[in-house]
Parts: sequence; C-alpha cells; structure tokens
Amino acid sequence: MYRASLYLIAGWSGFFVMGIELLGGRLLAPYFGSSIYVWGAIITVFMLALSLGYLAGGRASLAAPSLRRLALILLTAAAATVPVLLFGDTLLEWLSARTPDPRFGSLLAAALLFLLPTGVSGMVSPYAVRLLVADRASAGHHAGKLYFVSTFGSAAGTLATSFYLVLYLEVNQILLLMLAVSVAVAVAAWLIPSVPES
Amino acid sequence: MRALAIWLAALVPAAVLADPPLIHSERSLYRQVFVYGDYSTRCLCFTRECKIGRQSCIDLQQPNRLMFEYTQMMLGSLLLDPDPRSILIIGLGGGTLPRTLGKLLPDADIDVVEIDPAVVSVAAQYFNYQPGAHQHVYEEDGRAYVRRLLRTDKRYQLIMLDAYDNQYIPEHLLTQEFLTQVRSLLAPNGIVAANTFSSSRLYQNESVTYRAVFGVFYNLKSANRVILASNAPLPSLAQATRNAEHFDAAFTALGFKPMSILSLFSTAVDWDPKARVLTDQYSPANLLNSRD
Repeated sequence: MYRASLYLIAGWSGFFVMGIELLGGRLLAPYFGSSIYVWGAIITVFMLALSLGYLAGGRASLAAPSLRRLALILLTAAAATVPVLLFGDTLLEWLSARTPDPRFGSLLAAALLFLLPTGVSGMVSPYAVRLLVADRASAGHHAGKLYFVSTFGSAAGTLATSFYLVLYLEVNQILLLMLAVSVAVAVAAWLIPSVPES
Repeated sequence: MRALAIWLAALVPAAVLADPPLIHSERSLYRQVFVYGDYSTRCLCFTRECKIGRQSCIDLQQPNRLMFEYTQMMLGSLLLDPDPRSILIIGLGGGTLPRTLGKLLPDADIDVVEIDPAVVSVAAQYFNYQPGAHQHVYEEDGRAYVRRLLRTDKRYQLIMLDAYDNQYIPEHLLTQEFLTQVRSLLAPNGIVAANTFSSSRLYQNESVTYRAVFGVFYNLKSANRVILASNAPLPSLAQATRNAEHFDAAFTALGFKPMSILSLFSTAVDWDPKARVLTDQYSPANLLNSRD
C-alpha cells in the first residue's frame, strides 16, 4: 500500500503536469496566438519549473521525509493551479495589452501562471525516490521504476487531454477535474499508515 | 508554341502528368512547404505530392484565372459590398486573394496576416505575389493581430478568413470569442468571408458558432464551403444580384460568372441547431473535423 501510493502520486503528478501544459497552450492562444514562439515559451517554462522542482524536492527530502509530506506537496501543486482558474484570463488580458511581442509576452505569461504549480509538481519525484530507497544497491532500480511511472503518467496525461478530454469538457472543467483527482490522491495517501523506516 | 506543348504532353505517359514535378520545397517553422508544377499550372502544397489538398494554384498561361471555386466563392463577398476600401485577409497561401482583390479594387487598402514566413517568401518567389503600395503583409498569428488591432482605431470593411486547411485547423481561429473580435474589427456594415468546412461533424459546430456571433449568414456550398456574414442586417439577394451585374465583366475575366456564385447563396439552416458552440474553452475543431 505504502509503495503503491508513492507510485500513484508520482504517476498522477506526471499526468497532471502534462495535462496543464497542453491546456496552457489553449489558455494562451486567444491572447498570444499559437505560433511556435508560444509553444516554445510554454515548454521552456515547464522544463525550467521541473528542473527547479527537482532541486527543491531533493533538498526537501533531507529533513524528516514522510508520505504525508509528499501528499502535502501534491496538494500544494494543486492549490498553486487555482489562480490559473481564477485570474488566468484577467492576467493574460493585462499582459497581452502591454507585451504584444508574442515571444516575451507568452514567456512572461507562462512563467506567471505555471512556474509555481509545475515547480511544486517537480518536487514529487525526487522526494518519492527518497521514500522508496532502502539501500544504495537498490537505489537505481527504485529510481528507474519511479521515473517510469512518472513519465508514463505524463504520456497518459498528454494523450488523454489532447485526444479525449478536450472533446467533451471545457478547459476549466478539465482543470477542475484534475484538481479534484490531486486532492483525492493526496487524501488517500494521507490516510495510509506510514511504514516505519528500518 | 502552346499547341506544341500540348502535343508533347500527349506523348508523355499519363503517370508523369498526374504528378507534376516538384519545383521547390522548404522546411518552415510550421510545416514543409512544397511547390509543384509543370508548364501550365503551379501549386502550393503542405504535403508531399499534394496528397491531401492543394493550398493554392495558378494557371501560368492565364495567371488571372481563379483555379479554385472557393476563391470565386470568397469574392462573393463583393456582391454584398462592391467597394470595400479596407480589407483584412488572414492566411496568405499563394497570394491569390490579395492579388485578385488588388486588381479588382486598386484603391483598396489590403492587409494580409500570415503566420508562416516561408509561405510569404514562396508566394513572392513562385506565385508572383508582389504586395503593391496599398498592401501590407504581417508575419503574425491571426488572433494576436486582431487583438492588437482592436486596441487601435483601425477597422475593416471586409475581413477574409482563409487560415484553415484540411490537415490542421488553428483552433483559436474558430471560436465564438475570436469571431466576436473579428466582428468588432469590422467597420459599420462590414462583411466577413470565411473559407471553412463542408463536411465532417465540424460543419454542425462551425455553423452554430457563426450563427451565434453573426446571426443569419449566406452559406455557399459546393465542394468547399464559404460563409458570408455581416455585422449589420445581411444585404438582400436583390442587392447582391445588382452587384453581380456590376462585376459581370470583371469576374468573367477571372474565369467565372458572378451569377454562378450567386446561385449558391443560401440562408437555409441545414445543420443541427443544438450542436455545441465552439469557444475558447471548448474548441476541439481538429478532433471534430476527423469525425463523420
């Protein structure tokens, strides 16, 4: 249960990040278009956010790591997405009026909207690795499995969002649905008894 | 000379004629751009061998002739307003529309927005598109351009949307919000002409979306579909007929009769009025276009 919940959190977090990234393109398009610059800006921000998140997640795992704290990271990432829902359009309207250049306008917009939620999501994987690894010999094995689950989740999130979810739901409905799943996964993980470390 | 060329062509195996040789190809930021052609025609394509659809073609012997029915249908907008002084065209292709409008209306100011710089240079080099003194080409996303222009006083009497093709639809250019912005960018009694989709499930959604923004519009259907709409009550067919007579000689020189276009004008609702309106929040145009 304990192990499974770590993989579940990592896999869901991967799904969440790519779902948001694809929807990010949709959110920016009405203001900055969907030129290659806009996608370039979005991908840059997500990669940058994940890289910083990995760093922060690894650092956070040094001090009393636990499954409950990992669940809190997932919740924080979800909470950091709420402003996208509440103020996204207002911010994009304001920014696009001031920075008509599609490159820097979209870079700034993507950074303001997605740097935080994606960065916090990036903390999940290294933190989960710390909870999985019992000894040095099996560290690579566990890390490999975790990367697999996390990146597989990302692939699933990309496909599900772009092929199916956008056909049935509005962008904000998909975001709300993903937030609800994040909360559900975090609550489930919170209730699982922590395995005492040997 | 032409007779000789036709005689020589008769000797060439049919397979060679079916696939005109590739003249030029270049990779752009968005796609591969191909130019195919022989002694008589030249076409711009976004797929190898033009497997899916030709974007634009010119008749090298009669460069003024409009080879595609959809460009003729787009000129149907002149039957609603015969003398637009300012025109915006979103999507350049081979430059057929701005070239033809520039000849028909030499005093009109024409702005063209094209997202792909490679298309702009191919139109100039291979399709002889030279923007004259009254024409400007902006290399920019159409939606970003419209939004930018709405902050200025500039308004257009005619806006043409020609940015969709069968392989890929820029989904942010087919939503209620975008069309509302286009409507706001029209001068009083302005006209919108949109080259859109005649088949697939998208037809339903597209129709209700235009209807939601513009109310009743003229629907021109053959192999292609062109929507003609206005921000004012739609000019009557009687008015369009009078304008058609005015353009009889000019359109005949382009290779078609205005009356043949006029016969396509319809205001009948032949779609499901309960289909879902496309919005910035809900715009799966490409997925809908791939379904019957």
